[in-house]
Amino acid sequence: MARSTGDDAQALFHSLRSAYAATPKNLKIIDLYVAFAVFTALIQVVYMALVGSFPFNSFLSGFLSCIGTAVLAVCLRIQVNKENKEFKDLPPERAFADFVLCNLVLHLVIMNFLG
Amino acid sequence: MARTGRTGSLMLAFALALAALSICNAAPIFRPVSDSHRSAALELFSLVDGSFARLEEAYEALRTFEILGVEKKGDVSAATCPSVASVLGSSSAPKELFYALKVNSILKCNVDDASFEVVASRLKTVVSDASSLLDFYYSISGLVLIKDQASGVEVLLGDAEGTFQSIKALSQSDGRWRFSSSNPESSAYAAGLALEALAGVISLASSEINQSMIRTVKNDIVKLFDSIEKYDDGTFYFDEKVVDAREHRGPLSVTSSVIQGLTAFASVTSESITLPEDRILGLAKFFLGIGIPGDAKDLFNQISSLACLENNRVSIPLILSLPSTVLSLTKKDPLKVKVNTVLGSNSPPLKVKLLRAFSSVSRDVPAIESQELKYDPESTFHSLILPEAVDVGRYIFVFELALQDSEDGKTYATGGQTQMPIFITGVMKIVNAAIAVLDSDLGTVDTQKSLNLDRENDVSLSANHLQKLRLSFKLSTPRGHPYKPHQAFLKLKHETKVEHVFVLGISGKQFELVLDFLGLVEKFFYLSGRFDLQLTVGDAAMENSFLLPIGHIELDLPEAPEKAPRPPLQPADLSSRYGPKAEIVHVFRTPDKRPPKELSLSFLGLSLLPFLGFLVGLLCLGVNLKNFPSSVLPATFAMLFHGGIAAVLLLYVLFWLKLDLFTTLKALGFLGAFLVFVGHRTLSYLASTSAKLKSA
Repeated sequence: MARSTGDDAQALFHSLRSAYAATPKNLKIIDLYVAFAVFTALIQVVYMALVGSFPFNSFLSGFLSCIGTAVLAVCLRIQVNKENKEFKDLPPERAFADFVLCNLVLHLVIMNFLG
Repeated sequence: MARTGRTGSLMLAFALALAALSICNAAPIFRPVSDSHRSAALELFSLVDGSFARLEEAYEALRTFEILGVEKKGDVSAATCPSVASVLGSSSAPKELFYALKVNSILKCNVDDASFEVVASRLKTVVSDASSLLDFYYSISGLVLIKDQASGVEVLLGDAEGTFQSIKALSQSDGRWRFSSSNPESSAYAAGLALEALAGVISLASSEINQSMIRTVKNDIVKLFDSIEKYDDGTFYFDEKVVDAREHRGPLSVTSSVIQGLTAFASVTSESITLPEDRILGLAKFFLGIGIPGDAKDLFNQISSLACLENNRVSIPLILSLPSTVLSLTKKDPLKVKVNTVLGSNSPPLKVKLLRAFSSVSRDVPAIESQELKYDPESTFHSLILPEAVDVGRYIFVFELALQDSEDGKTYATGGQTQMPIFITGVMKIVNAAIAVLDSDLGTVDTQKSLNLDRENDVSLSANHLQKLRLSFKLSTPRGHPYKPHQAFLKLKHETKVEHVFVLGISGKQFELVLDFLGLVEKFFYLSGRFDLQLTVGDAAMENSFLLPIGHIELDLPEAPEKAPRPPLQPADLSSRYGPKAEIVHVFRTPDKRPPKELSLSFLGLSLLPFLGFLVGLLCLGVNLKNFPSSVLPATFAMLFHGGIAAVLLLYVLFWLKLDLFTTLKALGFLGAFLVFVGHRTLSYLASTSAKLKSA
């Protein structure tokens, strides 16, 4: 029984991996970027858990910058993904421009809040 | 019966108070001009760079110094004469010429007759054309001054009677004058100026002026004096009925103007002007009653008016003054009186009689009657040695002046009877001073100590609340009469600085105070302990008033019950209340604990790891820059795009480090606009390339 579960899990994992390999490269870059942002956020949370939240605004701004940029990247991914019928007519360059602009605004606010 | 008795005593007290008040008000001292006026003149009339600011001020200063006989420091002539000459030489207003001529009459600058001729002819034109009172005044007075200073110059008026009429036309029915026919307000100040101008016209007339006109002016003067005002102390003065908002003239300048006009007019008329004697004397007292004015103009008005009164043809006031109004019986001071004119010169031969002197206590029975004072020619004092029977106290002395030459009675004003307040002091005799502690009801003496009130005593007594304290002494005047001093107190002061004051009662010569401690226990706030005793006896007529500690008493009072009143709080020690307070040490909020530096730095490094992971991942994925445009223009735009983004991120770093939001936003605005343009170009190029690729 356990073996089957383990085998099932492995099989699932392999199928997921092979499916993922089929994704276009640009989407993989975006995924990597999201992972980077989330990991940075996690490290900041661990640090705060260790030393306390004294300059809370700093913690918030760092954390939310990571999360915000991750969210924007996800949006970009949605818009750029060719399989997404909803955004068929949206050129990816336009989506990328939006992504850059929103990031710049986000980071302006973050820098102001950083203190 | 009791009620009427009380109202009766109330009325008596009220009457006594009124009498006391009237004594205070009715008899002030007027002293003639003295050296204090001279020193005040030197102080008030100050020179700016050796000369006066205006000729008017120069004239006021010089005239005051001339009257008072003060020697002016420095060479005023050298500084002032040039401005006098320039004013007389140029065509100035009549007012300027008037003051220049006034100054010249005192300084006697070398002005040649030719200038005087020009000025005289100018002033004569003003006289014939004048319509306002001030024009008449300045021009006529100027001509009179030229007449005195330059005898060769022709100044006589052609139509003197016409000028006289024109000035007289401005007079009002109440004796005052208007300044001009267009100005309806009448003023006593203007009356003074008009009288002086009329006097000038009379002296400058080439032919005799009609006597009836002069008589009408004399009637005007009498009517003007009907409107004179007076104070309670016998001084008379003139004041304006309507206060002119533009130029307020107080009673001093108004009265001064009237006096100058009156004396000028009286000096040119042959018949005398009769005015009540007390008016002239009252006017003199008004000026002397000011004392030493603090203002230069007030001093000038005072001194010049007194100079007019000093020898005038109406009547010359004589002032009776005393160098000292306090006489001591111990020193056997004689009563000294001086009689002078207002400027301090000697009076004509006269006798001073002391009609009566009555004390404030018994007004009906005079203490001294009908004494004549002896005159000492060397010191010019009239003096009298007080009779033996006179005792200490406040007195009113009534004097009368009798001129030896009966002719002088018309020339001089003596003022009838003059009242003066005199204070006679002496050493009081205090005997039989004793302090005793008595047992309450029976009155038997427990302890008795005698006191010597010439010096401090240190008597030590003790009593409890069932006993009484008695203090007694006899006080009498140098002549042996009883006297009630103004203050006779005994003060008990506790160790805690709580004080109680008791007034000593009097019967005849005996002073006595009995303190029954049984009744005073509550008043003393039940404070037992040591009380210091202090006796005060004092009066203005008493030369040996004293405030002496006489000892202390140990009082044994019962315990205070619960509801007893607490003694009043004593004032806190001033240095403890107003001195510096303790230093405040600020307690700051404990700063939050910061993590150790190493931990923070390690986490900094740790947070950079994902970025490195990202870069490694990118390499693993095999990113390439193949889509980077190769041709020049798009490549430039692409570079600029990336450069722009980098610049914005750098701007953010600077913003975090040192810039403020507004500078950042400004820069961001420029960079953003640039970036939008460049980005649009790049991305549209890329889009078009990929579209071409797709279609192809």
